[in-house]
Formats: sequence, structure tokens, C-alpha cells
Amino acid sequence: MDDPLVRISGLRVAFDGVPVLRGVDLAVGAGEAVGVVGESGCGKSVTWLAALGLLPGKARVTGSVVLDGQELLGAPMPVLDRVRGGQIAMIFQDPASSLNPVHRIGRQVGEALRLHRGMDGAAARAETRRLLDQVGIPDAGNRMDAYPHELSGGQNQRVMIAMALAGRPRLLVADEPTTALDVTIQAQILDLLATLRAETGMALVLISHDLGVVAETCDRVAVMYAGLVIEEVSSARLFDAPAHPYTQGLLSALPPLDGLPRQHLAAIPGSVPEPRALPPGCAFGPRCPRHASLCDEQVPPLVDVAPGQRAACRILGADVPPAFGLAAA
Amino acid sequence: MLRFIAGRLLRAALTIVMVVTFAFVVLRLSGDPALLILSVDAPPEAVAAFREAWGLDRPLWVQYFSYFGAILQGDLGQSMRDGRDAIDLVAERIPATLALTLPALALKVGIGIPAGVYAALHRNSATDRVVMVMAVAGFAVPSFVLGLLLVLVFAVQLGWLPSGGQDSWRHAILPVITLGIGGAAVLARFTRSAMLEVLGQPYIRTASAKGVPWRAVVRGHALPNAAIPTVTIVGFMVGSLIAGAVVVESVFSWPGVGRLLVVAVSNRDLAVVQCVLLLVAATMVTSNFIVDLLYGVLDPRLRTARGGGKG
Amino acid sequence: MTALLEAEGLVRRYTMRRGLLGRQVELRAVDGVSLRLERGETLGLVGESGCGKSTTGRLVLGLEAPDEGTVRFDGAPVPPVGSAAWRAQRARMQMVFQDPLGALDRRLTIGTQIAEPFEIHGMAGAQDRVAGLLRDVGLREDFAARYPHELSGGQRQRAVLARALATDPALLVCDEPISALDVSVQAQVMNLLIDLQAERRLTMLFISHDLRAVRQVSHRVAVMYLGRIVEEGEPDAVLRDPAHPYAQALVSAIPHPGRTARRQVLQGDPPNPAARPPGCAFHPRCPMAVGLCRSVVPELKPRASDGRRVACHVAQGEAMGEAA
Repeated sequence: MDDPLVRISGLRVAFDGVPVLRGVDLAVGAGEAVGVVGESGCGKSVTWLAALGLLPGKARVTGSVVLDGQELLGAPMPVLDRVRGGQIAMIFQDPASSLNPVHRIGRQVGEALRLHRGMDGAAARAETRRLLDQVGIPDAGNRMDAYPHELSGGQNQRVMIAMALAGRPRLLVADEPTTALDVTIQAQILDLLATLRAETGMALVLISHDLGVVAETCDRVAVMYAGLVIEEVSSARLFDAPAHPYTQGLLSALPPLDGLPRQHLAAIPGSVPEPRALPPGCAFGPRCPRHASLCDEQVPPLVDVAPGQRAACRILGADVPPAFGLAAA
Repeated sequence: MLRFIAGRLLRAALTIVMVVTFAFVVLRLSGDPALLILSVDAPPEAVAAFREAWGLDRPLWVQYFSYFGAILQGDLGQSMRDGRDAIDLVAERIPATLALTLPALALKVGIGIPAGVYAALHRNSATDRVVMVMAVAGFAVPSFVLGLLLVLVFAVQLGWLPSGGQDSWRHAILPVITLGIGGAAVLARFTRSAMLEVLGQPYIRTASAKGVPWRAVVRGHALPNAAIPTVTIVGFMVGSLIAGAVVVESVFSWPGVGRLLVVAVSNRDLAVVQCVLLLVAATMVTSNFIVDLLYGVLDPRLRTARGGGKG
Repeated sequence: MTALLEAEGLVRRYTMRRGLLGRQVELRAVDGVSLRLERGETLGLVGESGCGKSTTGRLVLGLEAPDEGTVRFDGAPVPPVGSAAWRAQRARMQMVFQDPLGALDRRLTIGTQIAEPFEIHGMAGAQDRVAGLLRDVGLREDFAARYPHELSGGQRQRAVLARALATDPALLVCDEPISALDVSVQAQVMNLLIDLQAERRLTMLFISHDLRAVRQVSHRVAVMYLGRIVEEGEPDAVLRDPAHPYAQALVSAIPHPGRTARRQVLQGDPPNPAARPPGCAFHPRCPMAVGLCRSVVPELKPRASDGRRVACHVAQGEAMGEAA
């Protein structure tokens, strides 16, 4: 990608000296949909909170996040305030607690309109209503006077999305937007995100622990483990030809929808390492069936595996058998 | 809404009945008013006559019910010392007490809340630590100790301010500070923790993520939410406007309701004691009621779900 | 041979207040659920939040008393909660919850917690038994000396399972046992559940919102919606060809990499158990609802074509002649 919308390079974050991100490189092109997948603590959310300067003050952030040629890390607050919501909007996992409980939803959407589009009064109200309509809130004209607790979880997530759209961002970062929602509502929200992306042409970063959700919604997927991107691959190739043993393991851990029932899944042994006690070299080493002594020497860099696919593994190649069975594919 | 108010009123009435009953029982069990007021070596006939005059010779439960009957008719009884209506005795002391407690309340709110908010916003900074150390100290030192210390320094040593009495506004300064500092400390600690709790909420991050400048996040998103728990403490302080100065009034010989209560208790002057307690209970109950209504205003979640509560 | 567990017509009502000042409303969390669990069988109970699946789990264990209906365990009615007979029987029925940290006592070592039933019943060789149980759930024996906070989420859930197995139960009710765990660890715990079930001939009620996980561990699946079972059958049959429109929506909502066909997205919010629609509770969200669905509650019964149990007028062909 020659000229991406956002380019994150060498992003490192540490809390109280404990590294949480260890040099993340990730680029998002204009209008592109990128999925970021990984288990809890892999740094998938921290990456984007750090990019927008939303981490608490004790976080030490280094590296570079460039939006349209402008460096965001260390940018002055007024610049960040214009970027947040105006260029890059973000929605979060738990919509009920992500909206302010004491303000009406119309006011919360209107606030973003005032900040980024200078709208006020009747114009802001009309636009709020249009946005709520656009995200599928029924009876938007009346609903804008409701408080978050008067809406269901799915509707609150729609309000969050309307609020994100209010600033006409060029990138929407959705951090586990459906994890707290019921299965059928999750389908509604993913559908809505896809529709809105088609309508507005904005780019989308979908952060999720669910490979299925990400692969279905995104063009490209970045898999993260222990604070690093360990594989970057197109959604199409993700299921057919995952390169990194961890990606293969995640896929095989997904219960299949067909085949013999109640068969053992090829589960990844062990659990995610603690950030303060990472193994040497490749952090996945101790859980990896392919693990060899060279894996402990250094953190493996991302290398090209195939066109549009990069993986951070020392033992790659056409003759290497998959580390985990690929029952789910 | 009507049901809510009716329920609250019923509870308020019950509280007041319990307070009055409690005071009646405790005072009656702890000493004989006749002996206290007439002195121990008064002639038995005089004691008997006193008892008869005040109805103290009747069975306890008769006294109790007649007392309640009188209250219901608006008669709070007379002081056994000088025969004046208890309510008048109490009423004429109220302005003096308010002259201390109202400025003290302003001090508590005016210092406590900003200090708490500032400490929360600059968590773990030097200022935060100083505020919290002072808050703990202000909270831990009893008001009579603080009062005496202030008298020692500003009245006795420096001679800047009078140590007691009620002749000019300068006399009020030390008692107001004594009263205010403890409350400000409590409020600062409470506001700080309420604010920290709110600042950790996801909706604060949402506000920042949509580009709201930090000052506006604090003002528009954090403060309205932190106000909800803080109102409880302020309400409690409002409730103690009338009787919250008992100790301080005694230390500074300030002729307010508090001192009247102390004197009346030691004299077993029943009517006066009960009149004060009734007043205290009524203020407490009223302020609690106002706090409950305020909750509804501040927190839409406590209003009726859908309809009714809008506005 | 009788089934291990038979629940008949279970109803559980709660009263709740709407808002601070509101009126009391009756909420039917479970509205006539009948279940049958054969020995050594795993039944998956699937549905969205508020559908009553967890309440059903507590009802069959006797942790809550049903307002209507009966539960028979091993051929006999479950004794009243708290009675000595109930406590004796509770040892044969165990429950595993979503949050393993909340289920464990933070102040006691894992070993102490697993050994508790042995000590209560004065059984000898507690230490060996604890070691054996730990091995069975895939933990090293030295985990007995550790405290819950020293374990990872998956290890804790294994410890909870070991404790549940200590009394050698016949029935295990697992309420969302994997949904708090990381994806890679979920697979480990599902494998463990399959193994334990097979080795110990356990009967299991596996409660989950995740159809994939339910298929992975269950012999039979029951789909719940708003306090009722709307479809019941073999997992693969239900996944391939769901009969009830709600089950169809659930299946369609499973994220599916490389999906070409557009998924069928169910409109509307999950329903409010305090305001149950008349007739079929699903009809306001149902793309196929006809007049009959708005007035008559469909019964769960075998479908004529293949015997699949489904509670839907349309699937049962009862709505014929009406314009859909």
C-alpha cells in the first residue's frame, strides 16, 4: 500500500514498564475494511486506543501513527480532538455503558455534529434524526429524546454508530462491537456496518476475537498475539491457507458446522502468556507444535509468504505441514 | 409520582414517631426531671407538686400518649424550667445556629467539591496527595479538638479573633471554620472517589473518542454523573443544618439550638429536648426527601421507565 | 429404563417493578418447558439472553422451585430445596457456571475446594482422589496447592469441573461454561467435556448461546425462545435444516467465513419477557407469521414429515390456506 489512510509503525505501549504492544505495524487504506483478531490481552484494542491517544496517562506510547501525512502520536490536543470523531471514529464493546446515562441520545449525537460540522439547533436536530434513521432506529424523531437505559443493547449500539457517523469520519474503528450483543442482534449490527461502509465509503477496522465475524466483514485480516501482528492475510486466504501456526490453531479451535459431531478439536495447548513473563523469541513458541530452538533466538519478523500474505514465523514454506488440523475450513 | 410521594411521607412520619419515642424513653429512664430542676435536697412536697403540675406522676404510657396527642394538636409543651412554650425557646435559637451552619455549609461545598474534583483530575499528583492528606486529617480530627486548637492559636496566642460569644461577625469566624473543615474533608474525599469512578467509565472514553475537548468532557460528561452520589452527602449536610453544631456551639459558647439542647438534656427538660429532636428529625427527613427528588432530576434511570418521567 | 431427568411443564414466574415508581409486572422466565435427559446423553439448550435457558438449568437442579410443573430425577421427584434428601441428591447433580473465578473461593487452595465433599463424607484417601480428579480434567497434581487467582481462566474452569466431579455426579448442568474463555481455550474445555461425558457416562445439560459449541458437545439440541422450547432435534439436523423460523435465524446468524448468500437478518430486538406477545411469542419478528400465529400458541410436537419436534404453525403445516 503506497499511500494508506492510516499507517501505524513500530507502535509500542507499556503500562508500568510491562510491554503490551511490542512494535505493531499496520496500515489501513482509504475505504478498506481490515479485521484485527486475537485473544484477550493481545493488544488489538490497545493499538487503536493508543493511536487516538485514548489510553490513560500512565501508558508509555512510542512509535508512529500517521493519518494522511500527519503524525498523531504526540500531536497537540486540539489536533487530536479534530481527528477523533472527525477523521477516525471509534465504537466500543458495551454500548449500554459507552453512552452517557444522564444525557438524551439526541444530545449525544448532536454533540458530535456541533464539534465536527458546526451544526446547532434545528439543523443539528434534523441531522441527528436523519442519522438515527440511517442506522435503523425506529421512530427516530421520538427516540432521540430517550435516554440510553430506555433502549435495548442493539439499539444503543446503533446510536453509537450514528454518533460515529455524525463527524463523517474516514475511518470507523469498531472495537468488538457485537460481543456484548445477542447472536441475532450481532448479525443486524454487522449487516449495518457493511451497508454503511458501502454508502459512505469510509474505511472500517473491525476488532474482534471471532475469526468468523471478521472474515465475513473484512477484506483483510491482521492476527495479533502477545502484542504483535503475527499474520496479515486477505480474508479469502485466511481460511484456505493460514500460514502462522497460531492462526491455524485459532481456526482449528472453531467447532465445525459439519462433519462427524463430538470429535476432538485440535485445540492450542496452554494459554496466552502473561505480558510480564513473555517467553524469549517467538511468544507463541511454548504452545507451538512446530517449535524449534531457532524460534527462541529472536522475535520473528513479518515476512512475505504469498502475495497479500505476511507471517511472523521462522518455520514457513510449502513443505511445512500445518501445525494444527484445519477441520473448520 | 403521587404514590412515591405518599410513600415517602409515610416513611417520614414513621421516622419522626420513632425519634420522639426514643427520646421519650431515654430521657425518662435516665433521671428524674423534678429532682434535677428543684435540686436533690428540695422538700418532698415541692417535688410531688412539681410532678403533679407536669403530669410526671401519671403512668409512663399515659404520659407518652398525652404527649403525642398534644403534638398532633400542635402543642409541643412547655419548658419545665421557666414555663415558656418549648417551641418559642427553640425557634429563637434557630437564627443563631443558622448563622454558623449556613456559612459552614458554603465552606464545605465551596472547598470540598472543587478540591475533590481537582484531586481526581490530577490523580497521584502532588496536589492530589496534599488534598487527600488534608482531607484525612480534617476528617480524623474531632471538631472539639479542632475548635480548641483554633482558639489556642488565633484567640489565645495571636489574639486575632475572639474565643467565644456572639457579639459580632468576628465571633463567628472560628466556629464556622471548625464546622466547615471537617465537612469539606468528607466531601472532598467523597467527591474525589465519585469522580474517579465516573472518569473510569466507558462513556468518558466515548466522549473523548468523538472529539470532545477534555475540559468539556469533565464539565459535560463527568460532573453530571459524579454529582449523583455527591448529592447524598450534601443532602446529609443540609439535614444537619439545625443540629449539626452541638459540639461547636458548646466549645465557642454560641447560644444556638445545639447549646439549648445540651442544657435541656442535662436538666431533663423534656419538652425542650423533644422539641429540638422533632425539629432535627423533620429537617433530616425533609432533606432526605429533597435528595430523593434530586436523584430523579439528576439520574434519568431512576425516573419511570418510558413516559411520565420525561422533562 | 427411565430417563435420568424428566421435567414436565416447568413454569417460573418473577414479579418485577418497572422503573422506580412503576407497577409490578409478572415476568414468565420459563413458560412451560418439558425436558427429557437420557442417561449418558448431552442436551444442548441454546437461546439468546433472557430466553430462560439459565433459569431452566436452575429449575432442573432444584436450585429454584418451579411455580408449576415437576422435575423427576432418577425416577423420583426432586425433594424440596434445603431438605436433607435434597442435599443428598444434590451430590449427584452438579452445576458449572460461566465465571469460574466467581465459583471458586479465593481464600482456599484448589485442592481444599475439590476435597471438600470427601471431608464432609469422611471418605478416606482424599489426597489421592484430588490428584486423580486433577489429572482427569487435565491439570497437574501440583495445582492442588494453588489458589484460584494463580490459575488462568481455562485452568480455573478445569478446577471447577474437577470440584463438580468430586461427588461423582450423574448429572452435570453447564451454564455457558466456555463463553468467558479465550477462543483457543474454549476448544480445550469442549474437548474435556466430551471426554468426561464419554468416560464417566455423564448426563449433561449444556446451556449456551453458541450453536457451534452446542453442536460440538451435544447429542440433542433444544432451541429456546422467550421461555419456551421452539425446536428440538439432532444438532446436525437442526443446523442443516432448521424448522422453526427463529432457529433458522440463529443458524443464519452464525458467522460463516466465505459466505456467499446474504444472511437472513432477523429484525427487531430480543423480546421483553414482561410483555410477551399473544399467540406465538416469536410472531412480531417472524418473516412467515400468519393470522393463526398472532392468536394461538403453537405446541411443541413432532412434525409429520420427519418427526422433528417444532413449535410453529407454519412448519407444522397448520397455517395452510392462509396467505403467508
